[in-house]
Amino acid sequence: MQFMIVVQGGPYTTQASLTAWHFARAVLASGHEIYRVFFYHDGAYNGNALIAPPQDEINLVEAWRSLGEEHSLELIVCVASALRRGMLDATEAQRYEKSASNLDPHFTISGLGQLIDGALTADRTMTFGS
Amino acid sequence: MKKLLFVQSKPPHGSLQGQEGLDAILAGSAFVDCAVLFTGDGVYQLLSQQHTDALSSRDYAVTYLALEDYGVDQIYCVAADLQQRGLTTADLLLNPTPLDDAEVQTLLQGADAILDF
Repeated sequence: MQFMIVVQGGPYTTQASLTAWHFARAVLASGHEIYRVFFYHDGAYNGNALIAPPQDEINLVEAWRSLGEEHSLELIVCVASALRRGMLDATEAQRYEKSASNLDPHFTISGLGQLIDGALTADRTMTFGS
Repeated sequence: MKKLLFVQSKPPHGSLQGQEGLDAILAGSAFVDCAVLFTGDGVYQLLSQQHTDALSSRDYAVTYLALEDYGVDQIYCVAADLQQRGLTTADLLLNPTPLDDAEVQTLLQGADAILDF
């Protein structure tokens, strides 16, 4: 079965992101597939490459990155959510003439069409943090 | 054609959930048949005559009026949630159709996917 995962909570702010990550791992471990992970609202912060939690705590950005790498997952951050919250890749930083970018390169900025497409294509859509 | 149901359950302005949820509804309407259900404090999003200047918040409720132009005409609310808040559909934009619990269940079951905000 194919799952679409929507993450609306920021890391360390709510349980949503961590639960979504655990769920994603369980989906893959059970032999199912993940069509896409879409980060919306404060979920955009999950792609913040500058997050530096204490060493004895899970680094959620790295956790998403390694899961994404291992399973070739699409980690999509909504462009409107990202820009509002100062989550910029190099292209957006240049476009808005900002001095730095902070989106982890394993995440991709894209539009809401990716959310709608995922919800329509996957067998199940799971939202975390609404 | 597949059918998407959007559920708006947060009050406006206290967070961006409602406003960004509406953005998703507008995006969805470009692809498929969309319905919107307002539940809980989400019903406050449709209050007419919101005055948001003092909040420095965008009066995005007026954008809901554009839904009809986008072909989204299935607008529902939970009747009990309206009643508990002392509201009637006359207080709301878009004249949503109030649903009882059984009708909400039917609506949820009829959607191919549900996006919660």
